[in-house]
Amino acid sequence: MTLEHFMNNAISPWMREEGPDSDIVLSSRIRLARNIADIPYPLFAEDEKLAEVQSLFQQEYANKSFQEYSDFQFILVRDLSSVEKRVLVEKHLISPHLTKHTNESAAMISGNEQVSIMINEEDHLRIQLYFPGLQLRHALEKAFVIDDWLEEKVNYAFDETKGYLTTCPTNVGTGMRASVMMHLPALVLTRQINRMMPAINQLGLVVRGIYGEGSEALGNIFQISNQITLGKSEEDIVEDLESVVNQLIEHERNARDVIMKESPIALEDRIYRSYGVLAYSRVIESKEASNCISNVRLGIDLGIIKDTSRNILNELMVLIQPGFLQHYAKKTLTPLERDVLRASLIRERLQLEK
Amino acid sequence: MECQECHERPATLHFTQVINGKKTEIRVCEVCAKEKGYVNYPEEGYSLHNLLTGLFNFDTTKMESPAFQQVKDLQCPQCGMTFSQFKEAGKFGCATCYDTFSDRLDPILRRVHAGNTKHSGKIPKRAGDDLQMKRRLQSFKEQLQQLIEKEAFEEAAEVRDKIKALEARLRDLEAGDNS
Repeated sequence: MTLEHFMNNAISPWMREEGPDSDIVLSSRIRLARNIADIPYPLFAEDEKLAEVQSLFQQEYANKSFQEYSDFQFILVRDLSSVEKRVLVEKHLISPHLTKHTNESAAMISGNEQVSIMINEEDHLRIQLYFPGLQLRHALEKAFVIDDWLEEKVNYAFDETKGYLTTCPTNVGTGMRASVMMHLPALVLTRQINRMMPAINQLGLVVRGIYGEGSEALGNIFQISNQITLGKSEEDIVEDLESVVNQLIEHERNARDVIMKESPIALEDRIYRSYGVLAYSRVIESKEASNCISNVRLGIDLGIIKDTSRNILNELMVLIQPGFLQHYAKKTLTPLERDVLRASLIRERLQLEK
Repeated sequence: MECQECHERPATLHFTQVINGKKTEIRVCEVCAKEKGYVNYPEEGYSLHNLLTGLFNFDTTKMESPAFQQVKDLQCPQCGMTFSQFKEAGKFGCATCYDTFSDRLDPILRRVHAGNTKHSGKIPKRAGDDLQMKRRLQSFKEQLQQLIEKEAFEEAAEVRDKIKALEARLRDLEAGDNS
């Protein structure tokens, strides 16, 4: 397992499995923030101290396997090219923050890309686990197991009343952010999502676009996560999030039914037009591509488009990102060149399905 | 619906303008809204971080009074961060900051975490063990004291050995050796 392996496939191995409710929930993620007790936190520590942290984990965990997670690959961020960094961000394996603080930052990624442990991000450790579909509880259990495994070698910064002591006060307590990626085209189409968002926010949850804070909802994909980390147990937080997600799933399914019933032709037209654009365009911007991909995916979920797997669209969403395109082209591309390559990759990929 | 200025991007901002009783609807995208001056953003983007530091600065007027001056200048002995630096950055410098600024933290945490200030989730295994061991050590020490007072020296020696073993294990734990 090498860096090459992470770079060459747009779709992570774990995405190939289907999870519960995967027609609407693309993935579930648990992230834990942890720090080492006696070392200043990454934003303010000297490089020397951060080098200690980084090399400790390299020595103890690089190339190790643990339970079903094989072959943790240790990657020093400063050794990555800018395109490589971008691809790992586009695949959600590392955060944009990590790529900006490169001196002593690193990541350990499991062979199936399900577990990614970032070192010297905003906190000394950021443990991330991804699961296909809606599997938050399961993801939480596994995250705890990985957490305990890492704790074998370090003393965590922890306080009996304040919990895990993180760099940012918004993470203190559990240090946990649970999130799900949801595809909600029908709620967008029927404009229900705008009414729902304030209600979701009031429940202490946050709705964001696909690439996290500040990003827009490309391709009708929304990320929903907990805001509060203090005062509630991890299990309760996950349960609350899950119940909201379940309601959203129900509303999305109802909205899909309504559209299917009330304007089947308009819907079919929209879906096939998008399919046509993906299958035949020669120049395509990422935003248009994302919207078309979302429509086609909806068509697949509703049984309108057959013989195309859902997975191919998860794959396309990453494949069309600027970093991935440039990695594929093996050179930097102008925006126009990117749009041309994007169109040709999408055409090729749809052709493969036939 | 497309933006009425550029006719390219979808209109995400809708304004209703009323001039001399005449109502006009404006539907534009964010980019055009910014260009045409329909909206003013303080700077590029408004991150969660800006919001947060706003929260921390909630009572700056009070902070000027001498009583608060002392708190304001609190400095973390471990990493050197002062309370005013913390307020500005919105981030802690190290674990000890939490102790150093503890008197001023609860209002901030309450604001960020919907009124909560107490953790009720996972406890690290090792810190948990550590805590338990420290408690056991304390009770052994009390036992030892009682045994010595009773002049039960043989039993006292046994307890003393237990204390020594526990202390050694605690030292190992603190040195980061788990074996």
